[in-house]
Amino acid sequence: MRLRAPLAIIGLVAATSAAAPASAERLIVSVSNHRVTVTPNYSGGELVLFGSVEKDDKTPSNRSNYDLVVTVAGPRADMVTRRKERKFGIWINTDSRHFLQVPGYLALFSNRPFDQIASPEVQRRQQLGLNNVTLVQRVGPDFADVVPNDPFRSAFVRLRSEHDLYREATSAVTFLTPTLFRTGIPLPAEVPIGTYNVEIKLFSDGALVTKTESAFEIVKIGFEQFVATTARQNGLVYGLVTAFMALMTGWMASIVFRKD
Amino acid sequence: MQLYLPIADIPVNVFLILAMGAAVGFVSGMFGIGGGFLMTPLLIFVGIAPAVAVASVASHIAASSFSGAISYWRRRAIDPLLAAVLLVGGTLGTALGVWTFTFLRSLGQLDLMIALSYVILLTTVGGLMFWEGLRAMLRARGGRPVALRKPGSHGWIHGLPLKLRFKRSKIYLSVIPVVVVGLVIGFIGAVMGIGGGFILVPLMIYVLRVPTSTVIGTSMVLTLVTMVFATMLHAVTNHLVDAVLALILMIGGVTGAQFGARAGQKIRGEHLRLLLGLLVLAVGIRFAVELVIRPQDLYSIRETGGAPP
Repeated sequence: MRLRAPLAIIGLVAATSAAAPASAERLIVSVSNHRVTVTPNYSGGELVLFGSVEKDDKTPSNRSNYDLVVTVAGPRADMVTRRKERKFGIWINTDSRHFLQVPGYLALFSNRPFDQIASPEVQRRQQLGLNNVTLVQRVGPDFADVVPNDPFRSAFVRLRSEHDLYREATSAVTFLTPTLFRTGIPLPAEVPIGTYNVEIKLFSDGALVTKTESAFEIVKIGFEQFVATTARQNGLVYGLVTAFMALMTGWMASIVFRKD
Repeated sequence: MQLYLPIADIPVNVFLILAMGAAVGFVSGMFGIGGGFLMTPLLIFVGIAPAVAVASVASHIAASSFSGAISYWRRRAIDPLLAAVLLVGGTLGTALGVWTFTFLRSLGQLDLMIALSYVILLTTVGGLMFWEGLRAMLRARGGRPVALRKPGSHGWIHGLPLKLRFKRSKIYLSVIPVVVVGLVIGFIGAVMGIGGGFILVPLMIYVLRVPTSTVIGTSMVLTLVTMVFATMLHAVTNHLVDAVLALILMIGGVTGAQFGARAGQKIRGEHLRLLLGLLVLAVGIRFAVELVIRPQDLYSIRETGGAPP
């Protein structure tokens, strides 16, 4: 993964222009790289998000104990979680739940445990922690999120976490000074391709002070991109080329290893 | 050396995939089979989605069977008419198979169907092959000649209408059983990601009574065409053929096959059948065990689309 300095600067400017609510603080953030390219040797990586809390004259002078929660959400997709049960002596998929437009990658980082940052009510409202993030399911005709300990929901989160695609780390955000912070955003090798939204929320004394957003994208470039789009858009041509490639390889082998 | 696969969307070790291709190629060259029934489970084992594995292995088998078919053609060990009739059934079977594959995938039971068909097919065929090889070996040890084909014997198959003379194979046979055999092989090939050579060869020998001189060459032509067709259909309907993965497998496979073929010539026929029977049986039993014991994780996730390309 290479750093694209000019893009990072553009991103910084874009992030800065995000309007803050009526509150007195402003968040200025930037991601180290706004465009992660998946090349043939890609095997995961890490981005760094850094930023600072800007105070102005309206800021209460005694306020300095800030808490920060960073939510990174990858491209959304419909997913289905299935449960195996024993039937006729073998284990087969029986029950299933559909998760609608859930992020392919989801990471929540904070500087200390969520329950120390805010009350359970605020945690739920601000979606702090994997247990509080809304994951919409289709339950019959309705669309709703369910309780965090729902077996399908927890299995879904657990499975995604096992692949490092869902994660929460309550000590990942470090304050370098009382107002300057940074956090790493680890990206596993099987990270989904697409646009990632980064939401940064600043809390103080258990209440949301301000929030801002940033984004980065993960793209396939060059050959990977070419192969993936061709396969999707020109299936026939792709199939023909693959079949031809197979025949050529077979033919070459019969020439190279010809014994007579 | 890690390489990112564009369709499977995961990085793999190139040398691991090359070695897998070579190992399976060795086995396939030794026994004269495609080796898809070994390759597909191996790919699933290293973390490639079953659907991508099945679709990509099809093109890998096409490559290895083409290189085999060329050398059999040079030795005039292919019956073109028999191959053509088999292909009529094979093409229909493949189309039906790819359609079934897509349908099962939408039902969420694809993995189960792949596993189940592996169990049933591999344990049956493997068991029969093992048993037959064992008997042949014992007979050979007893000093009696091994007769695969009793001349002049006619089963019910020879009473069927629409008879055709297959000159190269020197048989006079109805086209109906030939088309049906092609259909079955095409169907299971597309659904299971296997060439079906290890089923086709016994079927041709014992059911169609094709002489051994033209069996392997002709079966390779059928495998070649059905697998090229399966590659095309998988590419068009499911967009799941990973060309990069397939190319690595092919290179490993065709190389391994050459050494396998040389090794195979040093082993006696009945020993070879016994070994192949054992191998097929072992893979079948492994799949059976996996279905019967409680899985480590009862839950699984599949993406069902909705993501922008």
